[in-house]
Amino acid sequence: MENSNILTIKNLKKYFFTQKGIVKAVNDIDISIKEGEILGLVGESGSGKTTVAYTVVGLYSPTSGEIIFRNQNIGNEGKNRSIKLKQEIQIVFQDPGTSLNPARNIYQILEVPLKVHGIKNRDKKIKELLQTVEIPEDYIHKYPQMIGGGERQMISIARALASNPSLLILDEPTSALDVSIQAKIINMLLQLQKNFNLSYLFITHDLSLMRNIASTVSIMYLGKICESAKCKEFFEKPLHPYTQMLLSSIPVLTDAEEDIKPKKVKSIGEIPSPVNIPSGCSFHSRCSKKMDICSKEDPIMAEISAGHFVRCHLFKQIEL
Amino acid sequence: MEKSLLEVKDLNLHYVVFGGSLKVLDGVNFRVGFKENIGIVGETGCGKTTTMKAIMRILGMTTAKISKGEILFKERDVLKMNEAEVQKFRRREISMIFQDPTAALNPVFSIKSQIYNVIKYSQGTEKKLTKKERKDLATKALSDVMLPDPERVLENYPIQLSGGMRQRVCIAMALLSDLDLLIADEPGTSLDVTIQDQILELLNELVRKKGISIILISHALGIIKNITHRTYVMYAGFMIEAAKTTELFSNPLHPYSKGLIASVPTLVGRGISNGIPGHIPNYSNPPLGCRFHPRCSYTMPICKVEKPPFLTVSDTHQVACWLFKKEGDKIGK
Amino acid sequence: MGTQAPEDVVERLRVEMHYDKPIFIQYYYWFKNVLRGNLGISLVTKHPVLEDISELFPATFEIALYAFIFIAVVGTAIGVFSARYSNSWVDNLGRIFAYFGIVTPQFVFAIMGMLLFCYVFKILPSMGRLDPTLTYPAKITGLITIDALLQGNFIVFFDALKHLILPVLSVGLGGMAQSTRITRTSVYNNMRKDFIAAAQSYGVPDRVIMFRDLLKVSMNPTVSILGLQFATTLSNAFLVELIFNWPGFARYGMTAMLQKDLNAISGVVLTVAIFVMLGNIFADIVNSFLDPRVYLLSTSKE
Ligand SMILES: Nc1ncnc2c1ncn2[C@@H]1O[C@H](COP(=O)(O)OP(=O)(O)OP(=O)(O)O)[C@@H](O)[C@H]1O
Ligand SMILES: Nc1ncnc2c1ncn2[C@@H]1O[C@H](COP(=O)(O)OP(=O)(O)OP(=O)(O)O)[C@@H](O)[C@H]1O
Ligand code: SF4
Ligand SMILES: [Mg+2]
Ligand SMILES: [Mg+2]
Repeated sequence: MENSNILTIKNLKKYFFTQKGIVKAVNDIDISIKEGEILGLVGESGSGKTTVAYTVVGLYSPTSGEIIFRNQNIGNEGKNRSIKLKQEIQIVFQDPGTSLNPARNIYQILEVPLKVHGIKNRDKKIKELLQTVEIPEDYIHKYPQMIGGGERQMISIARALASNPSLLILDEPTSALDVSIQAKIINMLLQLQKNFNLSYLFITHDLSLMRNIASTVSIMYLGKICESAKCKEFFEKPLHPYTQMLLSSIPVLTDAEEDIKPKKVKSIGEIPSPVNIPSGCSFHSRCSKKMDICSKEDPIMAEISAGHFVRCHLFKQIEL
Repeated sequence: MEKSLLEVKDLNLHYVVFGGSLKVLDGVNFRVGFKENIGIVGETGCGKTTTMKAIMRILGMTTAKISKGEILFKERDVLKMNEAEVQKFRRREISMIFQDPTAALNPVFSIKSQIYNVIKYSQGTEKKLTKKERKDLATKALSDVMLPDPERVLENYPIQLSGGMRQRVCIAMALLSDLDLLIADEPGTSLDVTIQDQILELLNELVRKKGISIILISHALGIIKNITHRTYVMYAGFMIEAAKTTELFSNPLHPYSKGLIASVPTLVGRGISNGIPGHIPNYSNPPLGCRFHPRCSYTMPICKVEKPPFLTVSDTHQVACWLFKKEGDKIGK
Repeated sequence: MGTQAPEDVVERLRVEMHYDKPIFIQYYYWFKNVLRGNLGISLVTKHPVLEDISELFPATFEIALYAFIFIAVVGTAIGVFSARYSNSWVDNLGRIFAYFGIVTPQFVFAIMGMLLFCYVFKILPSMGRLDPTLTYPAKITGLITIDALLQGNFIVFFDALKHLILPVLSVGLGGMAQSTRITRTSVYNNMRKDFIAAAQSYGVPDRVIMFRDLLKVSMNPTVSILGLQFATTLSNAFLVELIFNWPGFARYGMTAMLQKDLNAISGVVLTVAIFVMLGNIFADIVNSFLDPRVYLLSTSKE
């Protein structure tokens, strides 16, 4: 059973120590991704999604907890990962504008990972990469600041693909793109996933997008996972009050979609800070179904039905 | 014709690059009425941001050259303003929320010193604020955009904030000054929908209270639908369709608009469409005639030679496509 | 001692000066003495080297300091303007000037400047630190300009300044050209960034953007180069001091080299080396103040 997971995260914590206090950016989370699966990680801004991503690729060392990649704990290695491991896990960053070196042209940008990972025949490979992301070949002489935000993101994706990874972490890869290009990129990512049996940890705010591509969706709030379920079940039976609030706020185009959305839960309340996390359930300050116990006791993750986990006092663990 | 707050007429712009020029804007025409919310949608790289920067006249430090066109703001040509007028225009009449919040914040200054700088110039010199007033103003601006603990954020440098926090800082800075027109370039991309909802509510309130107009650029067509009255579709440097927002989404006419709207992922979960084939033209050598013709499935001979004019289909709907030319239509504006 | 010295005297001296020991033992003795502040006796002046250097160094330091300030301030300012008005006449002039400055050796500037301003126009003095009719101010720092200022002696101050102009320019022009080019490139790359457009959009005047927003993000490479140049100005002073008959330690070093005065040479080299080190350390410190990313990233990732 364990073996089918490409990535398992256990009790992961990542704190930042700043002058204004400890930022508990990631506060004890469990995540598992099966081989060939797309896990959608959705959550509020500042809830720690990017921090999870950075910790998994080794840009941050975890404060505590385990990161298990194919039965091998890689959490402690931090920055000293082997090249092999770096090849296997690649990331596409949130901000296409700043993750590309402005002093290098596209050719040089794509050449770097190829060189690092010792791949020969680089000219040809670079052309192939550009083709995969549908960027015209004559772009190799351009510099990142000369091209649109979307085109830049495609270059980042090409760069991540350069080392033939098996786990790709996508931190809001399409949030800067228009829907038609997003559609193309997503189709391309899905195609690549099929062809090479890739796994994705897909971080996004776009729930409509997740509905169409994710196998499992996890919702993060203030450093913790609050609900996690198979995609279809998640959208048909959202349980956690925060999830319901999220789903009801999605802006949609058609009436058919309007009908599926839960009844509008108005977004209210101050958004708490990760330095000063509210007692009890961290969502209680914004929750419309708050009970007395909520501000006193932190709920534990409960499996409501097979594969559907919720962390909320409203729900009780099923007998298995 | 009713009065316009902003009218952009036949704006042509190119970027000078090594060994040539990129003809990015090719006759952009659009108008924004008083208290009107306008949406602009279009493919990545079609020139939306460039148009907005041209309106604010903040392309001065790049290689952009405007070769033709007028930008009329309250009937004054922004392009002909002198330095002092431009400063006043930027401080008092217009504001822009930048698309990429990470790029729009200076990495080597703390949030505090960036906000204070904005306060210093946007509030004008006549009002001298005390230290406390200034700090209160900054803190309030940040909590207005739903940022948790503004005090911490003030002390931080941009890299210490999450993407969404940076975005809210940018929004707060844009809203600090007085304004009649707010340009919001992708204001919600790195925010989750609940906060996005609250921010849009904040913008709506501004519209109601102060009677401002908004130009909203977004790839999230759902947001455009929720808050704009009229929407323009832009493709490769010019407007190809303009309509009442509801009409545009229920009945898009231009082949590009159709493809765009079909690409929106739905909550119903029908999978992802294939998108529009091909890609945006090379600006150093753009196609003649309709710039969309190499990608269009309806291309006719005339499309390859002559640029389609803006044709009026109904009072609330115009489109620049030869398919909609009726017998006896006058060619021209 | 001369070539005629008897064998046994030479031998005794060799033993006394540890020249009979292996090289690293010699190094050990030398280093031990250096740590005690003993640089040995100059074979030419017969004074302790440390004394000689501390006597002469302030004169050189005065040139180096002003040259450095000139490089830092003027070089950076021209750099910012050339970037802002790139490809205009300002930029082109700056560029021609910079290439000229980089390829021309210091002593050429010195000689040409001397010919032009001292002999043709006769507006600047050509020799020494101070007019012979004036007396040196009491020694506090050893820098005449500063000492004169501290004592309120403006006549001496202005005269010393006049004497400094040519040496400082000759020493500084090359470095200034370099820092101009480096600043220009860095500013030019940052100029197109969105945060600059954003600052403009808030109504911040161009002047403030250039010298606040733009300069601070762009200073990193300039500061690193300045760190190196601090020591370079010292060594650049060598020929220039000879030309202007400047009583500094560079001229002392030059004489020492020609006379193979080992103790004096190592004293001079050591002084320059210390300045190379100080310059670099200083540059790193300044850089981490300018760009918080340097330390934020290294601490927050742990
Ligand atoms: N280097 C750092 N030093 C201090 N605090 C940090 C650092 N990086 C992130 N944080 C804090 O950790 C929290 C989580 O940030 P993170 O970037 O992971 O959020 P996110 O979920 O990716 O948000 P978004 O959707 O807005 O990108 C934020 O409160 C942020 O301020
Ligand atoms: N400073 C510049 N120098 C040269 N070319 C530029 C510059 N800025 C933008 N461009 C080019 O202009 C075109 C339009 O860019 P712009 O940023 O306006 O697009 P956009 O419509 O805002 O796209 P997106 O949806 O990705 O934000 C792009 O193809 C880009 O390559
Ligand atoms: S004008 Fe022609 S090429 Fe352009 S969109 Fe219409 S049909 Fe297609
Ligand atoms: Mg993030
Ligand atoms: Mg844009």
